[in-house]
Amino acid sequence: MNAIVKSPHQDIQSPVAGSQVIASSERKIWPLTGGVHPEENKHQSTSRPVSVPPLPETLVLPLSQHAGLPADPLIRVGNKVLKGQMIAKASGFVSAALHAPTSGTVTAIENRPIPHASGFYDLCIILETDGQELWCQLAPVADYRQLSPAELVEKVRDAGISGMGGAGFPTAIKLAPGTAINTLIINGTECEPYITADDMLMREKADAVIQGAEILQYMLGARECLIGIEDNKPEAITAMRRAAAGKNIDIVVFPTIYPSGGEKQLIQILTGQEVPSGKLPADLGMVVQNVGTAVAVKDAIVDGKPLISRITTLTGDALAAPQNVDVLIGTLAQDLLQYAALKTSELSTLVFGGPMMGFTVDRMDIPVIKTSNCLIAATEDEFPAAPDAQACIRCGHCAEACPSSLLPQQLYWHARAENHEQLMHHNLFDCIECGACSFVCPSSIPLVQYYRASKGAIRTQEAKHTKSERSKQRYEDRLARLEQEKAEKEAKRKANAERAAKLKAAKTAEQTGSDAKAEEDPIQAAIARAKARKAAAAAGNSEPASGRQASDRPLSAKQKELKVQLSMAKAQAKKTERALAAAEASAELKGDRKDIEQLKSNLAMLNEQVSQLQQAFDENSQDSASKDSPEKPVKVAKPALSDNEKKRKVELAMAKAALKKAERALAAAVESGFPDEQENTESFKQAVEACQANIKRLEAEASEPPAETAIPPSADAKPSAKAKAPLTDEAKKLKIESAMANAAVKKLQRAIASTGEDEQDTLKQQLVAAEQKAAELKQALESLS
Amino acid sequence: MDIVLYAIGALLALALIFGAILGFAAIRFKVEGNPIVDQINEILPQTQCGQCGYPGCRPYAEAIANGDAINKCPPGGQATINTLADLLDVEPEPLDAEHGQESITKVAFIREAECIGCTKCIQACPVDAILGAAKQMHTVISDECTGCDLCVEPCPVDCIEMRPVDITVRTWSWALPQPNHGKAGLIATDLRGQTV
Repeated sequence: MNAIVKSPHQDIQSPVAGSQVIASSERKIWPLTGGVHPEENKHQSTSRPVSVPPLPETLVLPLSQHAGLPADPLIRVGNKVLKGQMIAKASGFVSAALHAPTSGTVTAIENRPIPHASGFYDLCIILETDGQELWCQLAPVADYRQLSPAELVEKVRDAGISGMGGAGFPTAIKLAPGTAINTLIINGTECEPYITADDMLMREKADAVIQGAEILQYMLGARECLIGIEDNKPEAITAMRRAAAGKNIDIVVFPTIYPSGGEKQLIQILTGQEVPSGKLPADLGMVVQNVGTAVAVKDAIVDGKPLISRITTLTGDALAAPQNVDVLIGTLAQDLLQYAALKTSELSTLVFGGPMMGFTVDRMDIPVIKTSNCLIAATEDEFPAAPDAQACIRCGHCAEACPSSLLPQQLYWHARAENHEQLMHHNLFDCIECGACSFVCPSSIPLVQYYRASKGAIRTQEAKHTKSERSKQRYEDRLARLEQEKAEKEAKRKANAERAAKLKAAKTAEQTGSDAKAEEDPIQAAIARAKARKAAAAAGNSEPASGRQASDRPLSAKQKELKVQLSMAKAQAKKTERALAAAEASAELKGDRKDIEQLKSNLAMLNEQVSQLQQAFDENSQDSASKDSPEKPVKVAKPALSDNEKKRKVELAMAKAALKKAERALAAAVESGFPDEQENTESFKQAVEACQANIKRLEAEASEPPAETAIPPSADAKPSAKAKAPLTDEAKKLKIESAMANAAVKKLQRAIASTGEDEQDTLKQQLVAAEQKAAELKQALESLS
Repeated sequence: MDIVLYAIGALLALALIFGAILGFAAIRFKVEGNPIVDQINEILPQTQCGQCGYPGCRPYAEAIANGDAINKCPPGGQATINTLADLLDVEPEPLDAEHGQESITKVAFIREAECIGCTKCIQACPVDAILGAAKQMHTVISDECTGCDLCVEPCPVDCIEMRPVDITVRTWSWALPQPNHGKAGLIATDLRGQTV
């Protein structure tokens, strides 16, 4: 029976005390800090040579067999693949390609259980083997020294090689570190109990290991190459020494202690240097590669074969034939365990990896991947359930055992309190999770699980923080973008408005350009236009449209006034022109040239008036009833004077004369008193009626075409002396007023006649006032006419 | 007597010198802005979800700096509250249920067959995590989605749902070991005589 691997009663031993250097070389070795000596249990699996299990029917190839991003499938379901054909390519810098371990058909790309502590499923390529083992075209390199290191690194990358020791970091990255490498260390330590894969590899393929080491040394340009082997593998040491004889390779043997096989620990043992926290071995000019990786590199370069198989230890008490097998990647654990004669009834725990750092799985349909160095089918006795954790007694054994010189006890307390800051302060991430502290803990505290959980929590926290930083950035960028868009929109709108304004301004400038000339002196312009029209009219040409443009100019108040007057004058001129044209037409019929001559002179007068309009308008705008005579000619002259109008003018003059006579008669009547008042009233009424009729007729005539009104004037113009001639509005008003005044006078006279003596005085006074008013009105009428 | 005067004089001189130095330092090394707001903003999860009642993480950070409660951030949860309490040296309080409950991380998912391409969710997304154009199907860039929930409401056809983020092989991590019931915290000798 094998001893229990993880025993709390196992004591730690001083590494130096137990060291028995069998190394024949004089090379100095350094002791490892801390470390433990668990039961080795390696002999079970080394009694048989490495064998090749039969080809399984199905291979399950996880796309993520390495550290970094999962590989990117290159094939489709149903594709036939050849042995060694690349079926998935590296999807990034930290990634590795995947090759078909044998020829066959891809039956699925789906989620399958993978060897992972989480027990999760992940994407796998399922390959149905055809048993033909048909290789694809290989490209072996006869002499690797003919190729540059960079080309060789590319070949290693294409071969899909990742670290075979356990971590699975893509090898090509480690082979192109970017810093000068002095020392290449080949790791043949294999310190973890049970595992003998590297031991058997070195025993059986020592030449391949040495060849691989030489290629790696050439690729890295390393001065020296050390192969570190623990002293518990004498056969391997012998074989390696034989293979390395006469070569620039040192086989360094050092005392067995766990975990001497850790990268940083091995560097410390072999060189005495410590890789600083957060640094890589490359920073010290060193690269560490596993012996299995060295063989894989040799296969890839010399034989052109990609990484499609590895040596895996099948061990544990539940196996009747524990041994090492050269197994195709993707072979399921159940097939291998069957091959090693699994005693199913005794199996209690199946462990992937070693007892210290491996993980248990609860199913057997899990494939072997590039990093699977060991499968332990353990019995109940072999791996008993972990005892309950008890309180930490602060014994400090963990701190003595820690190969990284950490304080596991402090880390434990902080991990329990989830105090991430303190964990970082205590360099949690320098912990290699070797399990030495848990191994020595007398209280059976699962320390490593605390550290792993804390590391995971911190990584999650960091990922969250990174994401929140990114989100913040994106949020701020978005706000900035929205702001910018808004500003751009605003700017665009402004630009549009400006352009519109400019266009408008340009338009108005065009207008005002012409306006400015016109505005310089509108009167002058009007005169000029009138002159032009006059000239045209003189030639018998009427151009009524020419004056229109002036109407829609933007003008000041004063200019507007002028404009109104101007347009009035123009209208008159136009009317006159029309009348002239009509008169010319009728004159041709009648042969009367006199009217035309007069009209022409009228037109000339009108044009003169246009220039006098400013003053005339000002005066006109005062009292319309004012009896200022000087303006009258202008006013009267305004209506166009056709031949008919001329006739009417004559009639008007006659009527005025008649009016004067009538007024004189009226005055006489008023003076003479009341005897003939009846007659007077009658005649006055008649006169008023006649006057109104006359006015109506004259108005009608004024609005009618001039040619039609030839007859009426003589009919009504004659009547009695009281008949009123056609008058202007003012004249009409005055006449009505004077008529009213006369009527009042007559009324008063009647009243005087009918009343007594005493009342007559007041009436007489009123009569005098009325007479005075009548006299005034008469005077106004006279002056008007 | 003179000695006392000398002492006072010397102290006064020293006070003036150091006062001048401090005054100079106060101007020369003046800190622009309110650094505490930035520190608080750093801690907040930047989902910009507005569940705290403020229109984003920074406004809430400013509000906290001005004395608002630190327990209004459901996406940040207790961890954020604890960190804030640590920073501001106050007692951590439980999450204010009024503003929502701490839930597992979720991201928006658009059922693309139902999307009508209205772009409303795109306008609502504070981190530009939704891709699409008018009358074109939209989709969520789940890596950029903060799970703020703001796009769900504006969707006229209710085709957006919040889905929990699956833990994959790459995001999985070990859980902290559970303390043993009853025996936790006891050493071997303590177990003797116990009836458990």
